[in-house]
Amino acid sequence: MNIMNVDYDGLIPNNVNLNGDPRVKAALEKWHPGYLDWWNDMGPDGFQESLVYLRTAVSVDPKGWAKFDYVKMPDYKWGILLAPQGEDRKIPFGAHAGEKAWQEVPGEYRAMLRRLIVIQGDTEPASVEQQRFLGKTAPSLYDMRNLFQVNVEEGRHLWAMVYLLQKYFGADGREEAEALLQRRSGDEDTPRMLGAFNEETPDWLSFFMFTFFTDRDGKMQLEALAQSGFDPLSRTTRFMLTEEAHHMFVGETGVGRTIERTCQEMQKAGIEDPFDVNAVRKLGVIDLPTLQKKANLHYSLTLDLFGNEISTNAASAFHAGVKGRYREDKLDDDHRLESSTYPVTRFKDGKIVTEEVPALSALNMRLRDDYVADCQGGVSRWNKVIEKYNIGFQLKLPHVAFHRHIGEFSSIKTDVDGNVIDDAAWDKKKDEVLPSTSDRDYIESLMAPQFEPGKFASWLVPPKVGIDNKPGDFEYVKIA
Amino acid sequence: MSAPIKQHLIDPAVCIRCNTCEATCPVDAVTHDANNYVVDVTKCNFCMDCVAPCPTGSINHFVTVKTPFSLEEQFSWSDLPDVEEIPDTGGAIGTAEAIDDEAAALLTDAHKGAGGQMKAPRSASKPRINLFGRRAPAEAKVTGNLKLTGEGASADIHHIILDFGTTSFPVLEGQSIGIVLPGTDENGRPHKMRLFSIASPRDGERPNTNNFSLTVKRVVTKSADGSAQKGIASNYVCDLKQGDKVQVAGPFGSTFLMPDDSEADIVMICTGTGSAPFRGFTERRRRSMPNAKGKLYLFFGARTPEELPYFGPLQKVPKTLLDQELVFSRLADKPKEYVQDRMKKRSADLAALLQKNTTHIYMCGLKGMEAGVEESFASICREHKLDWAAIRAKMRDEGRFHVETY
Repeated sequence: MNIMNVDYDGLIPNNVNLNGDPRVKAALEKWHPGYLDWWNDMGPDGFQESLVYLRTAVSVDPKGWAKFDYVKMPDYKWGILLAPQGEDRKIPFGAHAGEKAWQEVPGEYRAMLRRLIVIQGDTEPASVEQQRFLGKTAPSLYDMRNLFQVNVEEGRHLWAMVYLLQKYFGADGREEAEALLQRRSGDEDTPRMLGAFNEETPDWLSFFMFTFFTDRDGKMQLEALAQSGFDPLSRTTRFMLTEEAHHMFVGETGVGRTIERTCQEMQKAGIEDPFDVNAVRKLGVIDLPTLQKKANLHYSLTLDLFGNEISTNAASAFHAGVKGRYREDKLDDDHRLESSTYPVTRFKDGKIVTEEVPALSALNMRLRDDYVADCQGGVSRWNKVIEKYNIGFQLKLPHVAFHRHIGEFSSIKTDVDGNVIDDAAWDKKKDEVLPSTSDRDYIESLMAPQFEPGKFASWLVPPKVGIDNKPGDFEYVKIA
Repeated sequence: MSAPIKQHLIDPAVCIRCNTCEATCPVDAVTHDANNYVVDVTKCNFCMDCVAPCPTGSINHFVTVKTPFSLEEQFSWSDLPDVEEIPDTGGAIGTAEAIDDEAAALLTDAHKGAGGQMKAPRSASKPRINLFGRRAPAEAKVTGNLKLTGEGASADIHHIILDFGTTSFPVLEGQSIGIVLPGTDENGRPHKMRLFSIASPRDGERPNTNNFSLTVKRVVTKSADGSAQKGIASNYVCDLKQGDKVQVAGPFGSTFLMPDDSEADIVMICTGTGSAPFRGFTERRRRSMPNAKGKLYLFFGARTPEELPYFGPLQKVPKTLLDQELVFSRLADKPKEYVQDRMKKRSADLAALLQKNTTHIYMCGLKGMEAGVEESFASICREHKLDWAAIRAKMRDEGRFHVETY
């Protein structure tokens, strides 16, 4: 079978010759009904019968990558798609750098790989669960369609991880695959594994912020795994990254469109002071200081996902050749890091300082730095929108020590500039730097659904380009 | 002055710098700095690999310029610059019909009858163009070759089905493909490419098959000395046998596309093999929007029923889907009638359609039909106190008036 072409004849579309692997095929076919049950229970609420204009990959080569058509979400072709196998790929880093990439799991790294795959896998269904009620307050059919596209692709990413578990991890893998369907975001007894994935996504601004900030952590993790010496993991995550780009797009343009509407309305009403929150809110848009607070919240929660700045787990995974650095293949060094150092921001003796530590132990920090730079690019583009309207306001990423629960700064409180403050000062300042109850209430009050083709809610502008270049009034979702 | 150059640009106001294009590009033509992702004009070979995976649509800009933009210029942009349009290149900003010069020239010529720059209907799906150039064509297998014309007919028209196996060759109704002929001409040069309209809908002859069909007439002309001159391309295609392999370039065409809108009324006027795109339009509407509010109208001319491609199948298409006017010019017992004559008989209906902003008009066939059809529209407009020139310009500008003749 051609590796580029997807087999849609069987129950599970795939380009991994599932028919030639009866054991894994049977395991996945057994898992499939449970997945569908999970999707029907925990997937988008109220729209399972609607026709959604979705993109489905029909092959993993660029030309067959994006086929658009109406589909009911439960009929979406979730499948197993791996980027083509590179000829003679070598392990790009770590102790095994230069050796042939592994096509099977090396025994000594089995537990480590399993853990990484399970953690990645767990985030995928979690975000679908977090977002399941958003359809009902969609600000347009265009946005609703984008939400559902994100949701079905997160579902597919779960499939991708489950395939690896079933194919390479035997009985343990099967158990883990089952457990991925059992945990629930925010559940007291069986929560999802990572903190940010147990937070609510109560409104569309949160959704946009989540896709911009939190899905970007997913992107960074996938980038690091795409470098893996375990070739099936590398190939799986490389294809996932192509889909992940759409999620980044939804976040960046969602927030950008919100900012643009606010600026437009301020200009129309002749409001020059962006901090005149009451006046701006009378216009039915989200004031810029509130957008800053939302960014502060989602950014800081997401930084926690990178784990401890100094981590032996991360060092072992790199040394083993299992998880690399962001764009490892573009970096020009020895790819072993046994003798180099890396600057890490730490909390020491009551102060935030930067110190050089062995590079191997600072890999979480390094990935987080790459993440911060990636976020900054998007924030700068948002600021260009504000500049265009000549409004004296710039969005800013808070200091990495701000509002942290994991790592070096989990025990301290700081302001957005990273100045350490005491609890009393924090309590006083909190509502100025993070969304307050009344901010949340205000945002929620704007979340009126707009289901008429071509119409958009008051608080955001239409997109510059339609999906699949569709015109503005295209009916992206035919609501059943 | 140097010749105009086609250049691929990325819209920095829409791009989110996700790196997908750079990761996808097989020739490392995409690069970036801290500000922008850009395409190196000296490396890009227009293979289009980066187009489908782009999540934003920012990648899809092809312009024709006198002097290409350098990497440094592109890095400095916040928005795409206004590009001075160069006339008669078929490649004004964002509207390139094909990157391949030969195909672009053929389409520019075929679209001349519209009287100005054609635009795609607003609701049309985004076409992919030039995925396969003539130097690296896709290979298709012939899975059907059916003679459509009757025994006594003077024309020999074939329905050809080309299957792409595992190769992805995404097309839209109304697009064309080029058949790359084997061998060379008498001067030892490769044969000219010949374009054919796709006669099936985007999802294949049957839903979800990876094939499409063509409607091809065997061209035989008498030369001055009375000997028969055979058209090289059409005879090659009409003589194909099941199982034969052919080299296909394309898809081409980014304007002669159908509206993806259930409200749209579509008037299709054709002769002979000009019916090919309309077979695709009709079948697409039937499959995707069987209960559409908009209606399809077909004015289809041929000499006799035996020479009218798809005459048999057309009899089975319900009137509710397709309002048909089949017109014959060589019936033994009847005076000659052409499509333009029949249009005048439907004057009231057509006048009403011309006044609706959901109406889309398409003409396809031999160049010779243009004048007659134009005159019919003009006459219908005079009769109903309408201004045909103004209506035509407005419709064309809104992507609702299309001509493809050869």
